[in-house]
Amino acid sequence: MKQYQLAVIGAGPAGMAAATEASRQGLSVIVLDEQAQPGGQIYRAIEQASPQRLAVLGADYAKGSALAAGFRASGADYLPSTLLWNAERKDGHFLLDLSTGAGSRRISASRLLVATGAVERPVPVPGWTLPGVTTAGALQILLKAHGGVAQSAVLAGAGPLLLLLAQQMIAAGVAPRAVVEIGPANRLRRALPFLPRALAGWRYLVKGAGMLRALRQAGVAWYQGASGFWIEGSGEATAVHFEIAGEAHRIECSQVALHMGVVPNPQLTRMLRCEHDWHPTQQAFVPRTDVFFETSEAGVFVAGDGAGIGGAASAVLRGQLVALRIAALEGVRGAEARIPAIRRRLKRDAAVRPFLEALYAPAEEVLNPTDTTLVCRCEEVTAGAIRQAVAGGAPGPNQLKAFLRCGMGPCQGRTCGPAVTALVARTRGVSEAEAGYFRVRPPLKPLPLSELADIAED
Amino acid sequence: MLKRLEPVPAGGADKEDEGLEFDFEGTRISAAPGDTVAAALMLAGIRTTRSTPASGASRAPYCLMGSCFECLMEIDGVPNRQACMVAVRPGMVVRRQAGAARLALTGGPEGGL
Ligand code: FES
Repeated sequence: MKQYQLAVIGAGPAGMAAATEASRQGLSVIVLDEQAQPGGQIYRAIEQASPQRLAVLGADYAKGSALAAGFRASGADYLPSTLLWNAERKDGHFLLDLSTGAGSRRISASRLLVATGAVERPVPVPGWTLPGVTTAGALQILLKAHGGVAQSAVLAGAGPLLLLLAQQMIAAGVAPRAVVEIGPANRLRRALPFLPRALAGWRYLVKGAGMLRALRQAGVAWYQGASGFWIEGSGEATAVHFEIAGEAHRIECSQVALHMGVVPNPQLTRMLRCEHDWHPTQQAFVPRTDVFFETSEAGVFVAGDGAGIGGAASAVLRGQLVALRIAALEGVRGAEARIPAIRRRLKRDAAVRPFLEALYAPAEEVLNPTDTTLVCRCEEVTAGAIRQAVAGGAPGPNQLKAFLRCGMGPCQGRTCGPAVTALVARTRGVSEAEAGYFRVRPPLKPLPLSELADIAED
Repeated sequence: MLKRLEPVPAGGADKEDEGLEFDFEGTRISAAPGDTVAAALMLAGIRTTRSTPASGASRAPYCLMGSCFECLMEIDGVPNRQACMVAVRPGMVVRRQAGAARLALTGGPEGGL
């Protein structure tokens, strides 16, 4: 069985940067990633992007090219289309079970870096399970990886990704029909106190202003302060409904993209039993780490958005920092010398975050959906059923599994997890920390038995 | 409606395997290099890819990044494949999945699937 000093899970910006730096420091590194190509979701299909596609997707996306090229040249072993489904400790090492599509195999590593990024927060609104409704990320993936665009689309929710997607669709020549911001009408006023500090991250503010300008110039309808949002359709989405200041709106469309911000992907850090803390302004659980991004589980590090939402530039810096730290722990002399400079850049890059978190705080109506709204899509469990089960004695997400099978469908609670926590907390009148989160057990994803028949060791 | 910015490359001069075509319930679907099954179907105008076990409601791919499991389909006779994680290969046979296909699993989340 091959032994590595570092196994990196995820080949997005954090994973690629960490693997590149760790290899440069002379460590033996392997990178495991579920996708067929490096880039993660933010730089999805970056190696195939034509000049036209780069022009549509913008300069920040194009930055992924150099990162991917550096990673390819780094000498790190790289297993694409590979799922890490189990990890165990043995004799001071981690034994990792991998599913490669062509059977299972096992490798060993001294340290792990979880670089599995973020997932979109669920947006449980009436009609969100209808065909024709996707995450905003899904529409962006269609654009990045497949050159696909949606005609007659409404983008709804809140967050920078919603505006970025609108801007990219406009650049592709297929503007969305409307952008509908769900939540309070005074988002900007609420965020203003955080603006002075955000000025240190002025590049992000300029980028945001550019998105709004693109929207205006293209004549895209931009609704703010929408509430009571729901999607109409029998069999598939045909329109969206919402209210603004008491006035009802209905917009016909054939595609709806939902977005309410992103949260750290919790699956792997939870499976590894890392401690998590509730982050009140990110409205998400974040793995507890020391200043070197080592989690409560010794030897398990987390970088990128999985360590708390910070964006792609911070993901790269965190990845490099972790790589240098692990190199130092492995005895590479002088490896930590660059860490203070990286910390300064991280601090500057994070300056805009409190402003963004206040500006795009998730709308209360998706954290506390109406009784008839489906929360668990797989098992079709409504918010009302969850409220009833909580009233009937289920104190948290794990007991809801037994009561309602909620979170026990094929997605294993990936989609509904944050929504279930939010709903339990509000129903019981307790904090999200006290409400808790789904336990995650191996296998990390359902595996066919055939995968286990021959665990190859190499 | 979803559409492609660039046309799907046609099969090359030496034909046969050049074009990425596959079978979806008797219909030939053309894909572009790099397409996943889910993306190819969506961009070919296919609106639903499965129905749910509980109510039989129609569903379609939701996240396209392997997280939501809404894209479960039967691919080359194997049920419960995540169509957004499977690259198109020429000649594949893809079907919608109706209800719960039994998962042959070793475990799954607490209590199994
Ligand atoms: S569309 Fe979400 S897992 Fe495939």
